[in-house]
Amino acid sequence: MTKAQADELSRARMYALLGKLAPLIFLLALVIIFASLQPRFLLPLNLFNILRQVSIYGIIAIGMTFVILIRGIDLSVGAVVAMSGLCAAVVAKGGIEGRFMLSADGSGYHWALAALAAILAGTVAGLLQGMAVAWLSVPAFVVTLGGMTVFRGIALTIGNGGPISGFDEAFGWWGRGMIGPVPVPVLIFAAVALIAWVVLTQTRFGRAVYAVGSNPDAARLSGINVSGVTLSVYALIGFCSGLGGFVLASRLNSAEAVAGTGYELTAIAAVVIGGTSLYGGTGGVAGTVIGALLTGVLLNGLVILNVSPYTQQILVGLIIVAAVAFDHFIKRQSR
Amino acid sequence: MSHPSSPLGKDQQKPGRASSPGVLPFAPGSDAAPGSAPGVTAPLLEARGFVKRFFGVTVLDGVSLSLAPGEVRALLGENGAGKSTIINLLSGVHQPDGGVLLLDGAPVRFTRPLEADHAGISVIRQELSLFPDLSVAEAIFAGHLPLTRLGLVDWRQMREAARKALARLGLEIDVRAPVASLSIAHQQMVEIARALTRKSRVVIMDEPTASLSPNEVAHLGEIIAQLSAEGVAVLYVSHRLDEIRAFCQTYTVLRDGKAVSAGLVSETDIPSLIRDMAGREVEIGAAGAARQAGAPVLDLQHLASVPGGRGGQRVRDVSLVVRAGEILGLAGIVGAGRTETARMIFGLDPVGSGEILLNGRSFRAGSPAAAMAAGIGYVPEDRKGLSILPDRSVAENFALTGAVPAGPLGWNDRPGEAKALAGFVQRLGIRAASLRAPITTLSGGNQQKVILARWIALKPKLLIIDEPTRGIDVGAKEDVHSLIREIAAGGVAVLLISSDLPEVLALSDRIVTLREGETTSEQPAAHATSEGLMARMTRHG
Repeated sequence: MTKAQADELSRARMYALLGKLAPLIFLLALVIIFASLQPRFLLPLNLFNILRQVSIYGIIAIGMTFVILIRGIDLSVGAVVAMSGLCAAVVAKGGIEGRFMLSADGSGYHWALAALAAILAGTVAGLLQGMAVAWLSVPAFVVTLGGMTVFRGIALTIGNGGPISGFDEAFGWWGRGMIGPVPVPVLIFAAVALIAWVVLTQTRFGRAVYAVGSNPDAARLSGINVSGVTLSVYALIGFCSGLGGFVLASRLNSAEAVAGTGYELTAIAAVVIGGTSLYGGTGGVAGTVIGALLTGVLLNGLVILNVSPYTQQILVGLIIVAAVAFDHFIKRQSR
Repeated sequence: MSHPSSPLGKDQQKPGRASSPGVLPFAPGSDAAPGSAPGVTAPLLEARGFVKRFFGVTVLDGVSLSLAPGEVRALLGENGAGKSTIINLLSGVHQPDGGVLLLDGAPVRFTRPLEADHAGISVIRQELSLFPDLSVAEAIFAGHLPLTRLGLVDWRQMREAARKALARLGLEIDVRAPVASLSIAHQQMVEIARALTRKSRVVIMDEPTASLSPNEVAHLGEIIAQLSAEGVAVLYVSHRLDEIRAFCQTYTVLRDGKAVSAGLVSETDIPSLIRDMAGREVEIGAAGAARQAGAPVLDLQHLASVPGGRGGQRVRDVSLVVRAGEILGLAGIVGAGRTETARMIFGLDPVGSGEILLNGRSFRAGSPAAAMAAGIGYVPEDRKGLSILPDRSVAENFALTGAVPAGPLGWNDRPGEAKALAGFVQRLGIRAASLRAPITTLSGGNQQKVILARWIALKPKLLIIDEPTRGIDVGAKEDVHSLIREIAAGGVAVLLISSDLPEVLALSDRIVTLREGETTSEQPAAHATSEGLMARMTRHG
């Protein structure tokens, strides 16, 4: 190999590495910019605040990573968050006053049953949508667009349009509690991310997810149950949304039908900024975690800098497009 | 190597445009570069010292070649030799890192495919680039639709012109039909018609005969001769040396990104071309050791597909037996129902009627997974569409069939997989810079070896191999052939589907021919000849 070739190779490798690290570099750049403009940004209290804000849609973004890896999309996550939050609230309260009672004496149930109700509701919602995608071959975009209004409607029906609030201490710990300096939702997010990372990178199921996203025909021909994988992935994002709904209700000490509005876009943005391809087959959980943090840092930084909420929206949108464009530029250079 | 001389020597009095000499006097050694047509007729298109690097790897290293008006030049080389890169550079898909492209003797630089298109350079690609959902007429005129005075599409004129262009090629099809409804051969004709209506001066054909029947290949030969007579230059890229002898006047052989030989086709022979391509002697069609056929593994009795499916009932009455340890060749032209038969056995398509016996027992695979559990493997013909996971690593592509069992909780046995793959890399001579790199960094031949390894590792009892060497280079082809022989010698029943008759004859113990979904003959390969098989594949009675 001549020197010119070696140089070219190392240049391509450098760009390839840069492409992998692009979201991380972008994140660090934002942190440095915000910290230099407003030192308060770096206070541990603020950093944990960011993490706490990130954690709920982060959990959902982890599920969304699987969906996007198999070339799918889920627009219903925000609605499922609201619906499962209300399910948890109803169980925790033992019913809704004046409308129906779940227990004979009108007392509420243990937080664990409430959490189970939320997760179960989310998983079933995901499973139903997965069936439509996998078995009826309806495009995921259409199924989950429908699901978005169906589950929001169910949430409105359960709560009769109003909020259900005021839960016991143990219920509230999952959203507001701390272990040492770390908020509990952050730990839940970390645990979900870790498990998802292990599943994707170390198990046969993870490989099947990548295979289905990379070439569904080849996957089927090699003995992979493509419908089964599709179904499982939608059930999985349902599970994540249900869990997110429970944690959100716990954190706000209230559940209502408008909760989680816009979560679908935030979650999709986190996944895509994190480098997972919308065409499926490449990307992963590590990128999504960084993508979620990036979105959180951005929002928090703008608040701390007293940027008006209207301007914030404009900036967030522009920065999302810029981050993805930068990522694509780097990837092109590395070929 | 024969010294290159012009095929068109008598045209000396026509030096093209006087202002644009074919060879610049100060260009060092360019007229002696292999592949450049000598300056008898001014070249229409000339690549001089092309250099191209990807990922820092040099894929073209100073390649020169030229095309004079009416010249038909063969471009040969193993996969990975740089043929596709040359096509991409000539057609503006990529830009050279070194060297110049001369059109009518003047340097040009195409930054986009459209610019090459406007300059009169058309490419007929191996993977047809047509718009499958457009009508034939629209596909022919895409990018230059005729307009009425109001700026609307002039449908009447477009259809009429499309009909005329196709008629020139001897093809009468409904120009309003969607392109996807045509056979591959007809789709190719549509692409050629597109080149004709564009008044192309240079037509590049990339493996045009890969899916054509012998009759269609002969027809394509006539069209090429016609183009040549009209002064169109043709660059003909193919692995099929018989066609090159029949269609081309000049040739250029690439190896490892360099032009290693060039000259007149009439002054060389097939063995020397193969030697130039492979850089070593390759024996084509070496007879395998006699194998001992065992008990029947697969027995098809009057198998038929479901009537009225897409493309009609492709399989109507297929009966054949494949025994353990033998290779059964299944020959037939495209559309004869060979792949459809394989798909039914493997559980990809429903069975209409008839019986499939596996090890003597009635068998219906509901899914590929069920077929695999019953000991069947299937290497499909469409490597890109049905075999590889393009974004994933070589290692992951190998592990796809799950030949190395996972641990508890579905935990991947990475060390076990790496060990198994390393064994195959050595045994099959797989050339890969890194097994962690995407499989698309490998040449077609090496990709196919990885796919074969994926299935052999499962230790199937019946292996169906569909077009195992389509689009792969000569050296890899011989490797794949010996591998298939080895598999059969190990006691596996092999059902070999191939359009390449020499391949069927060289590998098979027995040969079954299909025509229009029916078995028309069965004979030991030792008694078969290409002509006899061809007759059984194409003619009635």
